[in-house]
Amino acid sequence: MKKEDLPQEPGALSRLTRELCYVKNEDGKYETALSKGWDIKKEALDSAWVEVNDRVEEARKAVANGEKSPVYYFMELNLMDLAVLSGYTGFFVFFIKRHLKPSVFSSLSDKKLEKYAKAFDITVDELKNFKG
Amino acid sequence: MNIDTKTEEFHHVHAAHCENGVTTALLRYHGLDFMTEPLAFGMGSGLFYIQIPFLTINNGPAISFRTMPGAIFKRTCRALGVEVTRNKFSDPAKAQSFLDKKINDGVPVGCQVGVFHLTYFPKEYRFHFNAHNLIVYGRDDDRYQISDPIMEEVTSLSAEELSRVRFAQGPLAPKGHIYFPERVGVITDDLIRKGIIKGIKRNVRDMISIPGNFAGVNGIRYTSNNIRKWRDKLGLKKAGLYLGQIVRMQEEIGTGGGGFRFLYGAFLEEAAAYLQDDRLIGISEEFTKSGDMWRASAIQMAGVYKGRLTEQQSFDEIADRLLQIRSVEKEAFLKLSKLNLGK
Repeated sequence: MKKEDLPQEPGALSRLTRELCYVKNEDGKYETALSKGWDIKKEALDSAWVEVNDRVEEARKAVANGEKSPVYYFMELNLMDLAVLSGYTGFFVFFIKRHLKPSVFSSLSDKKLEKYAKAFDITVDELKNFKG
Repeated sequence: MNIDTKTEEFHHVHAAHCENGVTTALLRYHGLDFMTEPLAFGMGSGLFYIQIPFLTINNGPAISFRTMPGAIFKRTCRALGVEVTRNKFSDPAKAQSFLDKKINDGVPVGCQVGVFHLTYFPKEYRFHFNAHNLIVYGRDDDRYQISDPIMEEVTSLSAEELSRVRFAQGPLAPKGHIYFPERVGVITDDLIRKGIIKGIKRNVRDMISIPGNFAGVNGIRYTSNNIRKWRDKLGLKKAGLYLGQIVRMQEEIGTGGGGFRFLYGAFLEEAAAYLQDDRLIGISEEFTKSGDMWRASAIQMAGVYKGRLTEQQSFDEIADRLLQIRSVEKEAFLKLSKLNLGK
Protein backbone atom coordinates (compact mmCIF):
# COMPACT_ATOMS: atom_id res chain seq x y z
CA MET A 1 0.00 0.00 0.00
CA LYS A 2 1.27 3.42 -0.95
CA LYS A 3 1.37 6.13 1.66
CA GLU A 4 -1.08 8.32 -0.23
CA ASP A 5 -3.58 5.44 -0.39
CA LEU A 6 -3.75 5.01 3.38
CA PRO A 7 -7.41 5.56 4.33
CA GLN A 8 -8.28 8.29 6.82
CA GLU A 9 -11.90 7.41 7.54
CA PRO A 10 -12.59 7.75 11.28
CA GLY A 11 -14.20 4.82 13.11
CA ALA A 12 -14.76 3.95 16.78
CA LEU A 13 -11.06 3.49 17.42
CA SER A 14 -10.23 7.02 16.31
CA ARG A 15 -11.75 8.25 19.57
CA LEU A 16 -8.81 6.59 21.31
CA THR A 17 -5.93 6.63 18.89
CA ARG A 18 -4.76 6.57 15.31
CA GLU A 19 -3.37 3.29 14.02
CA LEU A 20 0.20 2.77 12.95
CA CYS A 21 0.54 1.25 9.48
CA TYR A 22 3.42 0.20 7.27
CA VAL A 23 3.24 1.89 3.89
CA LYS A 24 5.45 2.51 0.87
CA ASN A 25 6.86 6.00 0.46
CA GLU A 26 7.73 7.82 -2.80
CA ASP A 27 11.07 6.00 -2.99
CA GLY A 28 9.38 2.61 -2.79
CA LYS A 29 10.68 2.05 0.73
CA TYR A 30 8.65 1.08 3.78
CA GLU A 31 7.88 3.64 6.42
CA THR A 32 5.21 4.08 9.04
CA ALA A 33 2.16 6.31 8.80
CA LEU A 34 -0.89 6.95 10.96
CA SER A 35 -4.42 6.12 9.88
CA LYS A 36 -7.67 7.39 11.39
CA GLY A 37 -9.50 4.28 10.17
CA TRP A 38 -11.00 2.58 7.16
CA ASP A 39 -14.71 2.38 6.30
CA ILE A 40 -14.40 -1.26 5.22
CA LYS A 41 -13.33 -2.17 8.75
CA LYS A 42 -15.86 0.11 10.34
CA GLU A 43 -18.66 -1.58 8.43
CA ALA A 44 -17.43 -5.05 9.43
CA LEU A 45 -17.46 -3.97 13.07
CA ASP A 46 -20.87 -2.33 12.67
CA SER A 47 -22.34 -5.49 11.17
CA ALA A 48 -20.93 -7.53 14.05
CA TRP A 49 -22.73 -5.20 16.47
CA VAL A 50 -25.99 -5.40 14.56
CA GLU A 51 -25.74 -9.15 15.01
CA VAL A 52 -24.93 -8.82 18.73
CA ASN A 53 -27.89 -6.50 19.26
CA ASP A 54 -30.19 -8.90 17.40
CA ARG A 55 -29.09 -11.74 19.62
CA VAL A 56 -29.63 -9.67 22.76
CA GLU A 57 -33.11 -8.70 21.60
CA GLU A 58 -33.99 -12.34 20.87
CA ALA A 59 -32.69 -13.33 24.28
CA ARG A 60 -34.84 -10.65 25.89
CA LYS A 61 -37.92 -11.99 24.13
CA ALA A 62 -37.07 -15.54 25.14
CA VAL A 63 -36.94 -14.47 28.79
CA ALA A 64 -40.16 -12.47 28.47
CA ASN A 65 -41.89 -15.54 26.99
CA GLY A 66 -40.65 -17.74 29.80
CA GLU A 67 -38.49 -19.88 27.49
CA LYS A 68 -35.14 -18.90 28.99
CA SER A 69 -33.84 -17.68 32.31
CA PRO A 70 -32.29 -14.22 32.83
CA VAL A 71 -28.85 -15.85 32.76
CA TYR A 72 -29.34 -16.33 29.03
CA TYR A 73 -30.16 -12.66 28.44
CA PHE A 74 -27.24 -11.34 30.45
CA MET A 75 -24.89 -13.83 28.84
CA GLU A 76 -25.81 -12.46 25.41
CA LEU A 77 -25.75 -8.88 26.68
CA ASN A 78 -22.18 -9.41 27.85
CA LEU A 79 -21.16 -10.99 24.53
CA MET A 80 -20.38 -14.22 26.32
CA ASP A 81 -20.78 -17.80 25.23
CA LEU A 82 -21.03 -20.81 27.54
CA ALA A 83 -17.26 -21.27 27.68
CA VAL A 84 -16.59 -17.65 28.66
CA LEU A 85 -19.38 -17.64 31.23
CA SER A 86 -18.02 -20.89 32.63
CA GLY A 87 -14.66 -19.17 33.06
CA TYR A 88 -16.13 -16.20 34.91
CA THR A 89 -18.46 -18.18 37.19
CA GLY A 90 -16.50 -21.38 37.73
CA PHE A 91 -19.61 -23.42 36.82
CA PHE A 92 -19.26 -26.24 34.33
CA VAL A 93 -20.97 -25.68 30.97
CA PHE A 94 -23.28 -28.60 31.70
CA PHE A 95 -24.69 -26.80 34.76
CA ILE A 96 -24.92 -23.43 33.04
CA LYS A 97 -27.06 -25.01 30.34
CA ARG A 98 -29.43 -26.19 33.07
CA HIS A 99 -29.46 -22.75 34.67
CA LEU A 100 -30.71 -21.31 31.38
CA LYS A 101 -34.04 -23.05 32.05
CA PRO A 102 -36.43 -20.80 33.99
CA SER A 103 -37.58 -23.68 36.21
CA VAL A 104 -34.03 -24.53 37.29
CA PHE A 105 -33.05 -20.87 37.59
CA SER A 106 -35.86 -20.12 40.03
CA SER A 107 -34.51 -22.70 42.46
CA LEU A 108 -30.90 -21.47 42.41
CA SER A 109 -29.35 -20.46 45.73
CA ASP A 110 -28.29 -16.86 46.32
CA LYS A 111 -24.72 -18.07 46.47
CA LYS A 112 -24.90 -19.32 42.89
CA LEU A 113 -26.81 -16.26 41.74
CA GLU A 114 -24.09 -14.14 43.29
CA LYS A 115 -21.52 -15.73 40.98
CA TYR A 116 -23.61 -14.95 37.92
CA ALA A 117 -24.30 -11.41 39.12
CA LYS A 118 -20.59 -10.82 39.59
CA ALA A 119 -19.80 -12.16 36.12
CA PHE A 120 -22.42 -9.83 34.63
CA ASP A 121 -21.50 -6.80 36.75
CA ILE A 122 -25.02 -6.50 38.21
CA THR A 123 -26.71 -7.17 41.55
CA VAL A 124 -28.46 -10.42 42.47
CA ASP A 125 -31.74 -8.50 42.57
CA GLU A 126 -31.29 -7.20 39.04
CA LEU A 127 -30.60 -10.75 37.88
CA LYS A 128 -33.53 -12.32 39.73
CA ASN A 129 -36.03 -9.67 38.78
CA PHE A 130 -35.24 -9.38 35.09
CA LYS A 131 -38.48 -10.14 33.28
CA GLY A 132 -37.43 -9.42 29.70
CA MET B 1 16.46 2.34 43.81
CA ASN B 2 14.71 5.31 42.34
CA ILE B 3 11.51 4.62 40.54
CA ASP B 4 11.21 7.99 38.89
CA THR B 5 14.60 8.07 37.22
CA LYS B 6 14.24 4.42 36.24
CA THR B 7 10.85 4.73 34.67
CA GLU B 8 11.90 7.82 32.76
CA GLU B 9 14.18 5.63 30.72
CA PHE B 10 11.27 3.68 29.36
CA HIS B 11 10.09 4.89 25.97
CA HIS B 12 6.63 4.12 24.69
CA VAL B 13 6.58 2.43 21.29
CA HIS B 14 3.55 2.86 19.05
CA ALA B 15 3.23 -0.26 16.91
CA ALA B 16 0.91 -1.87 14.38
CA HIS B 17 0.57 -4.95 16.54
CA CYS B 18 0.57 -5.28 20.31
CA GLU B 19 2.98 -8.16 20.84
CA ASN B 20 5.53 -6.74 18.38
CA GLY B 21 5.25 -3.42 20.17
CA VAL B 22 5.75 -4.91 23.63
CA THR B 23 8.72 -6.96 22.41
CA THR B 24 10.31 -3.94 20.71
CA ALA B 25 9.79 -1.55 23.62
CA LEU B 26 11.04 -3.99 26.28
CA LEU B 27 14.13 -4.94 24.28
CA ARG B 28 14.92 -1.31 23.53
CA TYR B 29 14.58 -0.54 27.22
CA HIS B 30 17.22 -3.20 27.84
CA GLY B 31 19.61 -1.48 25.47
CA LEU B 32 18.78 -3.15 22.15
CA ASP B 33 18.43 0.16 20.34
CA PHE B 34 18.45 -1.49 16.91
CA MET B 35 15.18 -3.31 17.60
CA THR B 36 12.24 -2.30 15.40
CA GLU B 37 8.76 -3.68 15.06
CA PRO B 38 9.41 -5.35 11.66
CA LEU B 39 12.59 -6.94 13.00
CA ALA B 40 10.82 -8.35 16.07
CA PHE B 41 8.01 -9.63 13.85
CA GLY B 42 10.38 -11.29 11.37
CA MET B 43 12.78 -12.79 13.91
CA GLY B 44 9.75 -14.13 15.74
CA SER B 45 8.38 -15.64 12.49
CA GLY B 46 5.14 -13.78 13.07
CA LEU B 47 3.47 -14.25 9.71
CA PHE B 48 1.00 -17.09 9.59
CA TYR B 49 -2.43 -18.20 8.49
CA ILE B 50 -4.77 -20.66 10.10
CA GLN B 51 -8.45 -21.41 10.09
CA ILE B 52 -9.21 -23.79 12.92
CA PRO B 53 -11.78 -26.29 11.60
CA PHE B 54 -15.18 -26.61 13.31
CA LEU B 55 -14.36 -23.89 15.81
CA THR B 56 -16.28 -20.64 15.93
CA ILE B 57 -15.26 -17.54 17.85
CA ASN B 58 -17.79 -14.80 18.53
CA ASN B 59 -20.13 -16.80 16.29
CA GLY B 60 -17.84 -16.69 13.28
CA PRO B 61 -14.91 -18.62 11.78
CA ALA B 62 -11.76 -18.91 13.90
CA ILE B 63 -9.08 -17.41 11.70
CA SER B 64 -5.70 -16.00 12.59
CA PHE B 65 -3.20 -14.20 10.38
CA ARG B 66 -0.37 -14.43 12.86
CA THR B 67 1.50 -16.99 14.88
CA MET B 68 0.53 -18.16 18.39
CA PRO B 69 0.26 -15.50 21.10
CA GLY B 70 3.54 -15.16 22.97
CA ALA B 71 5.64 -16.77 20.23
CA ILE B 72 7.01 -13.53 18.77
CA PHE B 73 8.38 -12.35 22.11
CA LYS B 74 9.76 -15.77 23.00
CA ARG B 75 11.46 -16.47 19.68
CA THR B 76 12.93 -13.01 19.19
CA CYS B 77 14.41 -13.00 22.69
CA ARG B 78 15.77 -16.50 22.29
CA ALA B 79 17.37 -15.70 18.94
CA LEU B 80 19.27 -12.84 20.58
CA GLY B 81 20.27 -14.83 23.63
CA VAL B 82 18.04 -12.72 25.88
CA GLU B 83 16.92 -14.61 28.97
CA VAL B 84 13.25 -14.21 29.70
CA THR B 85 11.16 -14.60 32.83
CA ARG B 86 7.50 -15.44 32.49
CA ASN B 87 4.93 -16.28 35.12
CA LYS B 88 1.28 -17.17 35.37
CA PHE B 89 -0.78 -17.14 38.53
CA SER B 90 -3.92 -18.70 39.90
CA ASP B 91 -4.25 -16.06 42.62
CA PRO B 92 -4.79 -12.42 41.54
CA ALA B 93 -3.30 -11.13 44.82
CA LYS B 94 -0.06 -12.99 44.15
CA ALA B 95 -0.04 -11.74 40.58
CA GLN B 96 -0.33 -8.19 41.78
CA SER B 97 2.38 -8.47 44.43
CA PHE B 98 4.74 -9.98 41.86
CA LEU B 99 3.98 -7.09 39.52
CA ASP B 100 4.43 -4.54 42.31
CA LYS B 101 7.83 -5.94 43.14
CA LYS B 102 9.03 -5.56 39.54
CA ILE B 103 7.57 -2.06 39.30
CA ASN B 104 9.21 -1.03 42.58
CA ASP B 105 12.49 -2.28 41.14
CA GLY B 106 11.86 -0.04 38.15
CA VAL B 107 11.48 -2.90 35.66
CA PRO B 108 8.87 -2.48 32.90
CA VAL B 109 7.00 -5.72 32.26
CA GLY B 110 4.75 -7.16 29.56
CA CYS B 111 1.28 -8.35 30.56
CA GLN B 112 -1.23 -10.40 28.60
CA VAL B 113 -4.74 -9.04 29.08
CA GLY B 114 -8.32 -9.48 27.91
CA VAL B 115 -9.93 -6.49 26.22
CA PHE B 116 -13.54 -6.99 27.35
CA HIS B 117 -12.95 -5.08 30.58
CA LEU B 118 -10.17 -2.85 29.28
CA THR B 119 -11.66 0.48 30.29
CA TYR B 120 -9.79 2.78 27.94
CA PHE B 121 -10.79 0.78 24.83
CA PRO B 122 -13.83 2.05 22.93
CA LYS B 123 -16.83 -0.09 23.76
CA GLU B 124 -17.19 -1.23 20.14
CA TYR B 125 -13.86 -3.03 20.44
CA ARG B 126 -14.51 -4.78 23.71
CA PHE B 127 -15.16 -8.38 22.77
CA HIS B 128 -13.87 -11.35 24.77
CA PHE B 129 -10.44 -11.34 23.17
CA ASN B 130 -7.74 -12.41 25.62
CA ALA B 131 -4.48 -12.12 23.70
CA HIS B 132 -3.88 -8.40 23.94
CA ASN B 133 -0.52 -7.26 25.31
CA LEU B 134 0.57 -4.12 27.10
CA ILE B 135 3.46 -2.89 29.23
CA VAL B 136 3.21 -1.75 32.84
CA TYR B 137 6.14 0.62 33.35
CA GLY B 138 5.46 2.42 36.61
CA ARG B 139 3.02 3.37 39.30
CA ASP B 140 1.67 6.76 40.18
CA ASP B 141 -0.12 6.58 43.57
CA ASP B 142 -2.73 3.92 42.98
CA ARG B 143 -2.65 4.01 39.19
CA TYR B 144 -0.42 1.83 37.08
CA GLN B 145 1.26 3.53 34.15
CA ILE B 146 0.43 1.65 30.98
CA SER B 147 2.13 1.64 27.62
CA ASP B 148 -0.30 0.04 25.18
CA PRO B 149 1.50 -0.37 21.84
CA ILE B 150 -1.58 0.22 19.74
CA MET B 151 -1.95 3.72 21.18
CA GLU B 152 -0.16 6.91 20.25
CA GLU B 153 0.17 7.92 23.91
CA VAL B 154 0.61 6.15 27.23
CA THR B 155 -2.32 5.71 29.62
CA SER B 156 -3.07 4.34 33.09
CA LEU B 157 -5.26 1.81 34.92
CA SER B 158 -6.28 1.42 38.56
CA ALA B 159 -5.10 -1.67 40.42
CA GLU B 160 -8.58 -3.13 40.21
CA GLU B 161 -8.94 -2.44 36.48
CA LEU B 162 -5.56 -3.98 35.75
CA SER B 163 -6.23 -7.06 37.85
CA ARG B 164 -9.53 -7.57 36.09
CA VAL B 165 -8.04 -7.60 32.59
CA ARG B 166 -5.11 -9.76 33.71
CA PHE B 167 -7.60 -12.32 34.97
CA ALA B 168 -10.03 -12.20 32.07
CA GLN B 169 -11.70 -15.57 31.45
CA GLY B 170 -12.52 -17.64 28.39
CA PRO B 171 -10.33 -18.94 25.55
CA LEU B 172 -6.65 -17.98 25.96
CA ALA B 173 -7.32 -16.70 29.49
CA PRO B 174 -4.20 -14.75 30.50
CA LYS B 175 -4.04 -16.04 34.12
CA GLY B 176 -2.01 -13.01 35.10
CA HIS B 177 0.64 -13.83 32.48
CA ILE B 178 3.60 -11.49 33.01
CA TYR B 179 6.87 -11.56 31.08
CA PHE B 180 10.05 -9.53 30.72
CA PRO B 181 13.67 -9.85 29.63
CA GLU B 182 15.78 -10.92 32.59
CA ARG B 183 19.34 -10.82 31.28
CA VAL B 184 20.79 -9.47 28.06
CA GLY B 185 24.20 -10.61 26.85
CA VAL B 186 26.48 -9.16 24.20
CA ILE B 187 24.63 -8.78 20.94
CA THR B 188 26.79 -8.79 17.84
CA ASP B 189 25.74 -8.06 14.27
CA ASP B 190 26.44 -11.68 13.56
CA LEU B 191 23.90 -12.75 16.18
CA ILE B 192 21.31 -10.43 14.65
CA ARG B 193 21.98 -11.84 11.18
CA LYS B 194 21.63 -15.39 12.47
CA GLY B 195 18.39 -14.46 14.20
CA ILE B 196 17.01 -12.98 10.98
CA ILE B 197 17.91 -16.07 8.97
CA LYS B 198 16.44 -18.38 11.57
CA GLY B 199 13.27 -16.32 11.70
CA ILE B 200 12.87 -16.48 7.92
CA LYS B 201 13.51 -20.22 7.75
CA ARG B 202 11.05 -20.98 10.50
CA ASN B 203 8.46 -18.81 8.77
CA VAL B 204 9.02 -20.66 5.50
CA ARG B 205 8.49 -23.93 7.34
CA ASP B 206 5.32 -22.71 9.08
CA MET B 207 3.75 -21.42 5.89
CA ILE B 208 4.85 -24.10 3.41
CA SER B 209 5.53 -27.38 5.21
CA ILE B 210 3.09 -27.42 8.09
CA PRO B 211 1.04 -30.64 8.00
CA GLY B 212 -2.70 -30.56 7.45
CA ASN B 213 -4.77 -28.53 5.05
CA PHE B 214 -5.99 -25.70 7.26
CA ALA B 215 -2.75 -23.90 8.22
CA GLY B 216 0.01 -22.09 6.36
CA VAL B 217 -0.60 -21.16 2.72
CA ASN B 218 -2.89 -24.20 2.39
CA GLY B 219 -5.06 -22.73 5.12
CA ILE B 220 -5.90 -19.87 2.77
CA ARG B 221 -7.19 -22.45 0.29
CA TYR B 222 -9.15 -24.12 3.09
CA THR B 223 -10.93 -20.84 3.82
CA SER B 224 -11.42 -20.25 0.10
CA ASN B 225 -13.20 -23.61 -0.19
CA ASN B 226 -15.32 -22.76 2.81
CA ILE B 227 -16.37 -19.40 1.39
CA ARG B 228 -17.68 -21.03 -1.79
CA LYS B 229 -20.13 -23.06 0.29
CA TRP B 230 -21.18 -20.43 2.82
CA ARG B 231 -23.98 -18.83 0.82
CA ASP B 232 -25.87 -22.11 0.38
CA LYS B 233 -24.93 -23.60 3.71
CA LEU B 234 -25.39 -20.64 6.04
CA GLY B 235 -27.71 -18.34 4.16
CA LEU B 236 -26.80 -14.89 2.95
CA LYS B 237 -27.05 -13.12 6.29
CA LYS B 238 -24.82 -15.47 8.24
CA ALA B 239 -22.41 -15.82 5.33
CA GLY B 240 -22.07 -12.03 5.34
CA LEU B 241 -21.35 -12.04 9.06
CA TYR B 242 -18.69 -14.70 8.56
CA LEU B 243 -17.02 -12.59 5.88
CA GLY B 244 -17.24 -9.60 8.20
CA GLN B 245 -15.43 -11.61 10.83
CA ILE B 246 -12.67 -12.44 8.34
CA VAL B 247 -12.26 -8.75 7.59
CA ARG B 248 -12.13 -7.92 11.28
CA MET B 249 -9.57 -10.63 11.92
CA GLN B 250 -7.71 -9.43 8.87
CA GLU B 251 -7.67 -5.68 9.18
CA GLU B 252 -8.49 -4.80 12.76
CA ILE B 253 -6.02 -3.58 15.21
CA GLY B 254 -3.97 -6.28 16.89
CA THR B 255 -4.62 -8.76 14.13
CA GLY B 256 -4.07 -7.01 10.81
CA GLY B 257 -3.80 -9.72 8.13
CA GLY B 258 -3.20 -7.40 5.22
CA GLY B 259 -1.18 -5.24 7.59
CA PHE B 260 0.94 -8.20 8.62
CA ARG B 261 1.95 -8.77 5.01
CA PHE B 262 3.18 -5.17 4.76
CA LEU B 263 4.98 -5.64 8.04
CA TYR B 264 6.71 -8.71 6.66
CA GLY B 265 7.65 -6.74 3.56
CA ALA B 266 9.19 -4.08 5.79
CA PHE B 267 11.05 -6.80 7.70
CA LEU B 268 12.55 -8.25 4.51
CA GLU B 269 13.65 -4.76 3.52
CA GLU B 270 15.50 -4.44 6.84
CA ALA B 271 16.80 -8.00 6.49
CA ALA B 272 18.23 -7.13 3.06
CA ALA B 273 20.30 -4.38 4.67
CA TYR B 274 21.54 -6.56 7.53
CA LEU B 275 22.40 -9.47 5.24
CA GLN B 276 23.52 -7.23 2.37
CA ASP B 277 21.38 -9.30 0.08
CA ASP B 278 19.29 -7.38 -2.46
CA ARG B 279 17.36 -10.47 -3.47
CA LEU B 280 15.28 -9.95 -0.34
CA ILE B 281 14.06 -6.59 -1.66
CA GLY B 282 12.44 -8.32 -4.62
CA ILE B 283 10.69 -10.81 -2.35
CA SER B 284 9.61 -7.97 -0.06
CA GLU B 285 7.69 -6.59 -3.06
CA GLU B 286 5.74 -9.83 -3.31
CA PHE B 287 4.54 -9.52 0.26
CA THR B 288 3.50 -5.96 -0.47
CA LYS B 289 1.50 -7.35 -3.37
CA SER B 290 -0.08 -9.96 -1.12
CA GLY B 291 -1.01 -7.30 1.44
CA ASP B 292 -2.65 -5.23 -1.29
CA MET B 293 -4.57 -8.29 -2.46
CA TRP B 294 -5.83 -9.00 1.06
CA ARG B 295 -7.11 -5.45 1.23
CA ALA B 296 -8.79 -5.73 -2.15
CA SER B 297 -10.50 -8.93 -1.03
CA ALA B 298 -11.70 -7.14 2.13
CA ILE B 299 -13.36 -4.51 -0.04
CA GLN B 300 -15.22 -7.20 -1.96
CA MET B 301 -16.21 -9.02 1.25
CA ALA B 302 -17.58 -5.71 2.52
CA GLY B 303 -19.85 -5.69 -0.53
CA VAL B 304 -21.48 -8.84 0.83
CA TYR B 305 -21.93 -7.81 4.44
CA LYS B 306 -23.24 -4.44 3.34
CA GLY B 307 -25.83 -6.31 1.30
CA ARG B 308 -24.69 -4.95 -2.06
CA LEU B 309 -23.37 -8.27 -3.38
CA THR B 310 -25.76 -11.18 -3.00
CA GLU B 311 -25.02 -13.68 -5.78
CA GLN B 312 -23.03 -16.89 -5.53
CA GLN B 313 -20.78 -15.40 -8.18
CA SER B 314 -19.47 -12.86 -5.66
CA PHE B 315 -18.63 -15.63 -3.20
CA ASP B 316 -16.80 -17.47 -5.97
CA GLU B 317 -14.88 -14.33 -6.88
CA ILE B 318 -13.83 -13.81 -3.28
CA ALA B 319 -12.78 -17.46 -3.05
CA ASP B 320 -10.77 -17.09 -6.26
CA ARG B 321 -9.03 -14.02 -4.89
CA LEU B 322 -7.95 -16.00 -1.86
CA LEU B 323 -6.53 -18.71 -4.12
CA GLN B 324 -4.53 -16.04 -5.93
CA ILE B 325 -3.24 -14.73 -2.62
CA ARG B 326 -2.27 -18.24 -1.67
CA SER B 327 -0.20 -18.69 -4.79
CA VAL B 328 1.52 -15.29 -4.37
CA GLU B 329 2.46 -16.13 -0.79
CA LYS B 330 3.46 -19.68 -1.61
CA GLU B 331 5.70 -18.44 -4.41
CA ALA B 332 7.27 -15.82 -2.17
CA PHE B 333 8.04 -18.30 0.60
CA LEU B 334 9.42 -20.83 -1.89
CA LYS B 335 11.73 -18.13 -3.18
CA LEU B 336 12.83 -17.39 0.36
CA SER B 337 13.57 -21.06 0.96
CA LYS B 338 15.62 -21.27 -2.24
CA LEU B 339 17.87 -18.37 -1.24
CA ASN B 340 19.92 -20.70 0.94
CA LEU B 341 20.44 -17.91 3.43
CA GLY B 342 23.36 -18.37 5.76
CA LYS B 343 25.11 -20.78 3.45
